[in-house]
Amino acid sequence: MRTNRLFAATALVAALGLAATACGGSSDSSSGKGGSTKGVTLTYWASNQGTSLDNDKQVLTPELKKFEQQTGIHVKLEVIGWADLLNRILAATTSGQGPDVLNIGNTWSASLQATGALLPWDSANFQAIGGKDRFAASAIAAAGAAGKDPAAVPLYSMGYGLYYNKKMFADAGLKPPTTWAELDADAKKLTTGGHYGIAVEGGNPTENVHHAFVLAKQHGADWFDASGKPTFTGAGNVAAVKQYVDFIADGLANKGDAEYSQNQTITDFATGKAAMMMWQTASSSILSHGMKSTDYGVVPVPTLTAGATGDQGVTSMVAGINISVFKNTKNKDAAVKFVKFMTSTPEQKILNKAYGSIPPVTEAQSDPAFQTPDLKTIDGVLQHSAAPMPQVPNEAQFETTVGTAIKDLFADAANGKAITDSNVKSALEKAQSQMPAS
Amino acid sequence: MAATAPPRSASEAGPDSGKSAGRGRLRPRVPARLRQLSLPYLLLLPALALELLIHIVPMVFGIIISFKGLTLFFIHNWKSAPWTGFDNYKVAVKIHQPIGQALLHSFWVTIAFTVLSVALSWLIGTVAAILMQDSFRGRAVLRAVFLVPYALPVYAAVITWTFMFQQDTGLVNHVLHDQLHLTSNKPFWLIGGNSFWALVIVSVWKSWPFAFLALMAGLQNIPRELYEAAAMDGAGVWQQIRKITLPSLRAVNQVLVLVLFLWTFNDFNTPYVMFGQAAPHQADLISIHIYQSSFLTWNFGSGSAMSVLLLLFLLVVTAVYLLITSRRRGDADA
Repeated sequence: MRTNRLFAATALVAALGLAATACGGSSDSSSGKGGSTKGVTLTYWASNQGTSLDNDKQVLTPELKKFEQQTGIHVKLEVIGWADLLNRILAATTSGQGPDVLNIGNTWSASLQATGALLPWDSANFQAIGGKDRFAASAIAAAGAAGKDPAAVPLYSMGYGLYYNKKMFADAGLKPPTTWAELDADAKKLTTGGHYGIAVEGGNPTENVHHAFVLAKQHGADWFDASGKPTFTGAGNVAAVKQYVDFIADGLANKGDAEYSQNQTITDFATGKAAMMMWQTASSSILSHGMKSTDYGVVPVPTLTAGATGDQGVTSMVAGINISVFKNTKNKDAAVKFVKFMTSTPEQKILNKAYGSIPPVTEAQSDPAFQTPDLKTIDGVLQHSAAPMPQVPNEAQFETTVGTAIKDLFADAANGKAITDSNVKSALEKAQSQMPAS
Repeated sequence: MAATAPPRSASEAGPDSGKSAGRGRLRPRVPARLRQLSLPYLLLLPALALELLIHIVPMVFGIIISFKGLTLFFIHNWKSAPWTGFDNYKVAVKIHQPIGQALLHSFWVTIAFTVLSVALSWLIGTVAAILMQDSFRGRAVLRAVFLVPYALPVYAAVITWTFMFQQDTGLVNHVLHDQLHLTSNKPFWLIGGNSFWALVIVSVWKSWPFAFLALMAGLQNIPRELYEAAAMDGAGVWQQIRKITLPSLRAVNQVLVLVLFLWTFNDFNTPYVMFGQAAPHQADLISIHIYQSSFLTWNFGSGSAMSVLLLLFLLVVTAVYLLITSRRRGDADA
């Protein structure tokens, strides 16, 4: 009896204890016949760009129908939330059973490129979709490691800007800041009676890393050296992280921001609780919270000195979404045709308009829809002062380790602990020690 | 169904009864005894196959992966990942190196969390079950209400808790700070030290109804005469609970505590929904820690090694627990 029970319990433990393997994704991509792509069915994983997964379906479905009319290729759409997308891609990569075409966050490009799961976009493939020079150079730079054929094609471009509340600035007699010193002074003035100068998304590791990247650039520091080794603990990196965490430590941002991770920053900004925020292409989200487009302005994120250029003048990462073809696809020709369709000038206009982003296809940018003041600012940033996040295989780990370290520093600051250079440095040291050796 | 009639009736009919040529041909030439013996195993086969597919195979894969350097460079063709021997394990158990240190920290946090959560869940469940034993008006309603946390989907429930725990706008701080003025500042619950307690609170809230349910069922089996006899002998309520109720519930408790321990120790949903992918240092439960070590850093070999270590630990704990509790029960029965 006892052995029986032991055995049963052991089985129970085994059942509960180990769930180490990823479950495979699935796809039912029917194989293409010969050279013809007619009648082929493609599976497309779209990322969540709209206000909801359903909103994405509403935006994309008519376009996919159009594509089917033009080519006879049917596209099966699945919109996947950001919380699941990377895991789904990893599972698909492991099992080899994935979609034919998929969207990826452009910061994942080099990591996914290293897995070998994505079709490399060599000159022949690029030729099939109209050539590489149709795309903005900065967007191509965020599509894979330098010196390698890109692993993806830019689809939607986004960039960071400093959003400011026009009325609050006017009431205080202020102009939007161009340097960090000005921003700090403005924020101090605007922090009164439950209102704060700026809002930050402190509990979101990814947001934290984006700002740490830009600020480090301005301080003349990178997060990886030329050989791809992490360099998290340099003086510039420490200064960058400290400067960002100081928004809460100095009381310019609400302490509660330290736990923000569901875009509460936008809510605070749109409801007038915070006078500024640094965000990427936020117009449609701000609008959905009831703030009119005339009530806020967008300027480039400040720099240390006014009019800085080069690395010191970087004010944003190259944010955006890339579209990729899964290397295992049985319908490569059809998949490339679909990428061609999605990156065609008319589709670029329609899709980027719907999502409030900027077309990486330069030809599409002239459309009046992209000439609004805030989009023009972002477009200028992307053209002149944006740098791609490190395109190294360990980028994902960098986001996790450094982003989490900053989140913990924010928590310390919110709980009243002093944020010093040595605190920040030891947090970054710990983050670096968790990076893989390769 | 006729085709799968039990072999016994077939053997009773006898091989030469010549009832139907078709059936005779279908019947395999196996001795009747063997056929009888094999039937239970035949019936077990589907369950066994599924068990193999769902539990054993992934587990074996997990163990194999733990000996490989399965990083992002190899997941596309994971068979080509190099064998690394015990390297993944060495990294995980080197407690003076950053990775091992973090794992050990996470392990202690998880132990503290599990012990607290199981103890409180059990205590509340027991008290509630005993109080619900005597019939009174509204008992059925209360019982149903008590089971609500157990019946709610975990995600919805935990997300609601995170809203309540928010520092600025959450209900918890509204009650503690704004209404009762118990704290001088609004404390943080989802970051920093308090996040551990927030986790314990949600976990207990989620688990105690199960303890309540199991113990309530156990209580139904205690004969009322025992209590009546005890009352006649002058035993008070407290004595009745100690001398009758608790000893009678021993078998239920043995399983209940074990199951609660395993569930809580391995709980992934609660911390994941509360803290997302980056749990605060003070509430870094091992399930999330392993997830971070494999899925977020794309190092599945290392994550698998940690999982195997966790499995071994839980196996040892379970075996020791069962040995001790069974022996004690054996002594008590004798």
